[in-house]
Amino acid sequence: MDIKYYIFLSIALFVIGIVGVLTRRNAIIIFMCIELMLNSVNLLLVAFSKMHHLANAATSATAGSEGQLFVFFIMVVAAAEVSVGLAIIVMLFRNTHSVDVNFLNRLKH
Amino acid sequence: MGITQILFWALAAIALFSALMVITSKNPVYSVLWLIVTFFTISGHYLLLNAQFLAIVNIIVYAGAIMVLFLFVIMLMNLSKDTEPQKNKWLKLAGAVAGGCLLLVLVAALRNTETRMTELGSGNIGLIQNLGNVLFKEYVVPFEIASILFLSAMVGAVVIGKREKKRVEDEIADAEVVKTEFHQNEPSAFLNR
Amino acid sequence: MKNLILLIPLLPFLGFLINGLGRKYLSKTLIGIIGSGVILGSFAISVYAFLNLGKFTGEKVISSSARILGNPVLHYYDFIKVGALRIPFAFQIDQLSTLFLLIITGVGFLIHLYSTAYMHEEKQDHFGRYFAYLNLFVFSMLLLVMGANFVIMFIGWEGVGLCSYLLIGYWFKNVDYTKAAKKAFVMNRIGDLGFLLAVFWLIAKLGSVDYSYVLTPGVIDRLSTGDIVGITLLLFLGATGKSAQIPLYTWLPDAMAGPTPVSALIHAATMVTAGIYMIARSNLLFSAAPLTLNVIAIIGVATAFLAATIALRQNDIKKVLAYSTVSQLGYMFLALGTGAYVAAVFHVMTHAFFKALLFLGSGSVIHAVGGQQDIRYMGGLRKKLPVTYTTFLIGCLAIAGIAPFAGFFSKDAILLSAFASNKVLYAVGLLTAAMTAFYMFRLLFITFGGSFRGTEEQAHHIHESPAAMTIPLIILAVLSIVGGFVGIPELFMHGGEKLADYLSPVVASKEIQVEHSTEWILVILTTVIAVVAIIIAWMRYRSYREERKTPLARALENKWYVDEIYDAIIVKPLNKLGAFVNTVIERGTIDALVNGVGKAVNYGGRQMRWLQSGQVGNYVLLMVISMVLLFVLQFFLRK
Repeated sequence: MDIKYYIFLSIALFVIGIVGVLTRRNAIIIFMCIELMLNSVNLLLVAFSKMHHLANAATSATAGSEGQLFVFFIMVVAAAEVSVGLAIIVMLFRNTHSVDVNFLNRLKH
Repeated sequence: MGITQILFWALAAIALFSALMVITSKNPVYSVLWLIVTFFTISGHYLLLNAQFLAIVNIIVYAGAIMVLFLFVIMLMNLSKDTEPQKNKWLKLAGAVAGGCLLLVLVAALRNTETRMTELGSGNIGLIQNLGNVLFKEYVVPFEIASILFLSAMVGAVVIGKREKKRVEDEIADAEVVKTEFHQNEPSAFLNR
Repeated sequence: MKNLILLIPLLPFLGFLINGLGRKYLSKTLIGIIGSGVILGSFAISVYAFLNLGKFTGEKVISSSARILGNPVLHYYDFIKVGALRIPFAFQIDQLSTLFLLIITGVGFLIHLYSTAYMHEEKQDHFGRYFAYLNLFVFSMLLLVMGANFVIMFIGWEGVGLCSYLLIGYWFKNVDYTKAAKKAFVMNRIGDLGFLLAVFWLIAKLGSVDYSYVLTPGVIDRLSTGDIVGITLLLFLGATGKSAQIPLYTWLPDAMAGPTPVSALIHAATMVTAGIYMIARSNLLFSAAPLTLNVIAIIGVATAFLAATIALRQNDIKKVLAYSTVSQLGYMFLALGTGAYVAAVFHVMTHAFFKALLFLGSGSVIHAVGGQQDIRYMGGLRKKLPVTYTTFLIGCLAIAGIAPFAGFFSKDAILLSAFASNKVLYAVGLLTAAMTAFYMFRLLFITFGGSFRGTEEQAHHIHESPAAMTIPLIILAVLSIVGGFVGIPELFMHGGEKLADYLSPVVASKEIQVEHSTEWILVILTTVIAVVAIIIAWMRYRSYREERKTPLARALENKWYVDEIYDAIIVKPLNKLGAFVNTVIERGTIDALVNGVGKAVNYGGRQMRWLQSGQVGNYVLLMVISMVLLFVLQFFLRK
C-alpha cells in the first residue's frame, strides 16, 4: 500500500479535528476533537513504522518498532491528559453551570 | 485490488464519515458514540498494518476507558440534550474555511512525495512479544517515568475536582457571582463589533 | 609627606562638610572657629611645605647657580584610565603652586577671620552656609593650583566657579543678586568651554594632560604651530572668563552683590587670578605661540584701560574696587602677554594683599555706616574710623604704585616689560596707572574726607569695627607695605629679583635688555605721574561737590553701555533664536513627531484590539490561518 494514502487519511482526520475545535463551543466536544487529532497522528506514526520496517527489515529485525512505541507513549500521555482535562471541565461546570468556552474569555483581562 | 486494499478503503471511508459526524452532531452523546466508531476504524487500520498490540490497546484505553469517562462526565452534567448556544454563523464558516484551506495546502504540498510502500498484513514488529522486548530493554526508563506522570495526573485530577470546604450559602453566592461575572463579559464576542 | 600634602585641600573640605551639615546645630562661634581653623591648618601645612620644598621636589641646591631639578609630582591614584589615556589624581608641589598656596590659605585665613565678625548678624544656619561655601571655595581653589594636570585643574576651576555662583547669590532672596550670580556663572561657563576644548585638544594631540609631560620643550615641539595657537587661544578664552577680561569681564562688577569678604577673597585675591596662574603654569606652551601672546597683551591692556575709565565715575564703593580689580587683572595679562610671567605672578601676589585690604576696608566702612555703599552719602569718616582709614590709605598708595609700597614694584616690573616689547602698550599702561591713582584717591577723599553726608541716625551709628575685622586689615596693610620687597629689582638693591630666582625652575623669566638709566627714567616717570594724579584728585575732591553730568561722564557711569550692547547683540538675538527653536523645531517638529508616534500606536492599538477577544477559539483560528500561510510560504512561494 502506498504510504501517501495513509498520509492523506491522517491529514483529513486531523483537519476534521481542527475544524471541530474551531466551530464548536462545547468544551467536551473540543476535547474530543483533540483526541481525534491525536489519533490521526498515531495512525500516521504506525504507518511510518511499518514503512521503515519494510525498508530496513534486512538489517535490523526490530527496525521501525520505535514508531509504535511512540504511539504507546502518546496513548499514556493522552490518558493522563484526559483525566486532568475532564477534571478541569467538571470544575468549570460546577462554577459556571455551563461548558461554553466563550465564557472563558478571562485572557482578555 | 486485494482484500486488504478493499478493507483499507472501506475503513478509511467509515473513519472519515464518523469523524465528520463527531463534529456535526448536536448531541454530545452522539458525538462520543461516533468518536468510538472512529477509534474502532483506526484500530482496524492498526490490524491491517499488523500492529496487533496497539489495536488492542487503542480499543481498551481509548474506546474503553477514555470514551467511557467522557460519557460519564456528559451524563453527570446532564448535557445530553442540545444545550450548546449557537455560535456565530460567520465564525463557524471561517473555521470551516480555514480548516479546508489547511487540508488543501497540506495535500497539495505532499501530493508529489515519492512513492514508498508500507507493508500490510505481514511483518511482526507490532506483535506483543517484539514490542515488549524493545519496551523493557531500551525504553524502560520512559516507561517508569510514565507511571510517575500518571501518579501526578491522578493527584492533579483529585486536587482540581475536590470540592472546597465552605458553607453552602457561600458557595451558592460565589457561584452566582462568578456566573454574573462571566455573563457580563460575554457580550464582547468576536464579531459583534 | 604625601599624606600631609593631601591634608591641605582636605582640611577645608572637612570644614565644608562639618559646617554644611551641622549649620543648624552648631553655634556661630563654633562655626567660625571651625571655618577659620581649617584654613589656618592648611596655611600651617603650606608654610611647612614652603620651607621644606626641597624634600617634596627632590631638588638639591648645589651652589647659588646650579641645582638639580626633582620630580615635584605626588601621585595618589589613577583618576581616569581609558585605553591609552591615563589621567592620574596627582598634586604638583613646586615653587609656583606653593606660592599660590601661601596666598590662598594666608589671605584666605585672614578673610575667614574677618568674616566671623562681618557676617555676625546673619542667622545661624545662614552663617553656617556662608562658611561652608567659603571652605568649599578654598578647597576648590587649592585643587586648582595643586593639581598636577589640566584635568585636576579643571575640577578646581569648575569648583571655584560654582562657589563663586553660590556666594554671589548668597542673599538669594534678592532677585537682582541671584541674577548677578547667574550672570557670573554663565560668563564663566563660556570661558570654561574654551578651557575644556583646549584640554580635549591636548588629549587628542598628545594623549596626556600632565604638566610634567606636556609642558616640556621636547613635547611642545611635536605640536604644529596651528595646534599650539589653537590650544593657547582656547586656554586664554578660559582665562578671560575666570579672570574677567574683555569680552567676558562684565560679570565681575555685578558679582559685588555677594558679601564683601567674598568679594575680597574670590573676586580680588584668588579666583580671578586663576587665569593668570594657568597661563603662568603653562608658560612654555604660551611662549611657543607669539600670536597668542600678542592677543593676550592687547586684550589685557585694553581691559586695564577700559575698566579704569569706568572706575573713574562709579559711586558704589565696591563697584570702584571691582573695576579696579578688572583693570589690575588686565595689567597682569599685559605682563603675561609681554612674556613677563614672573611679573604677572608678582603682581598677583601684591594685588592679593592690597586688593583684599581695600575690599576688607570697604567692608569695614559699609559695616560702619549700616549697609550704605554709595560714597556720595559717606564722607568725613577719617576721624571716626582711624584704623580703617589708615589701612585703606596704605592700600590706595600700594595700588597707585607709590614707592615703597607693594604695588610699586610689581607694576613697575610690568610696565618695564611692556616698554621693552611695545611702546604703545607701555603708553596705555602708563595712562591706566595714572587713572588708577586718580580714581583710588577720588574714592579715598570722597569716602573719608570732608564731612559726613548721610542721615543723622547713621552718623550716630558710626563706630570702628571690632578687632576680628581690624586685625586682618592691619596684617594685610603690613603685607602691602613689605610684600613688594620679595621682587625688588636689581636696580634698587644688589641681589634683588628674589621672586624670579625662586620661581625660575617653573616659570621662565625674561631677560629685559634695558639700560639702567632708562630704567631709572621709567621708574621716576611712573611715580611722578601717579603723584600728579593724586594731587589732581586731592584738589578736585578735597571737599565734596556734585560732579557735572557731561555726556562722557554719563557714558562712564553707565559703564560704556557694555551691558546694554551685549544685551542687544547677543542676548536678544539668542532669545529670538530660542523662541524660534521653541515654537518651530521643538513644538512643531519634535513634539509633533513624538506625539505622532504615540498617537499612531494608540490608534493602531485601538484598531487591533478586536483581535484580542480573550476567547481561545479566536486564537486557535488565527493560529490555523497563520499555519496555512506559513505552509504556503514554505512549499509554494520559496521555490
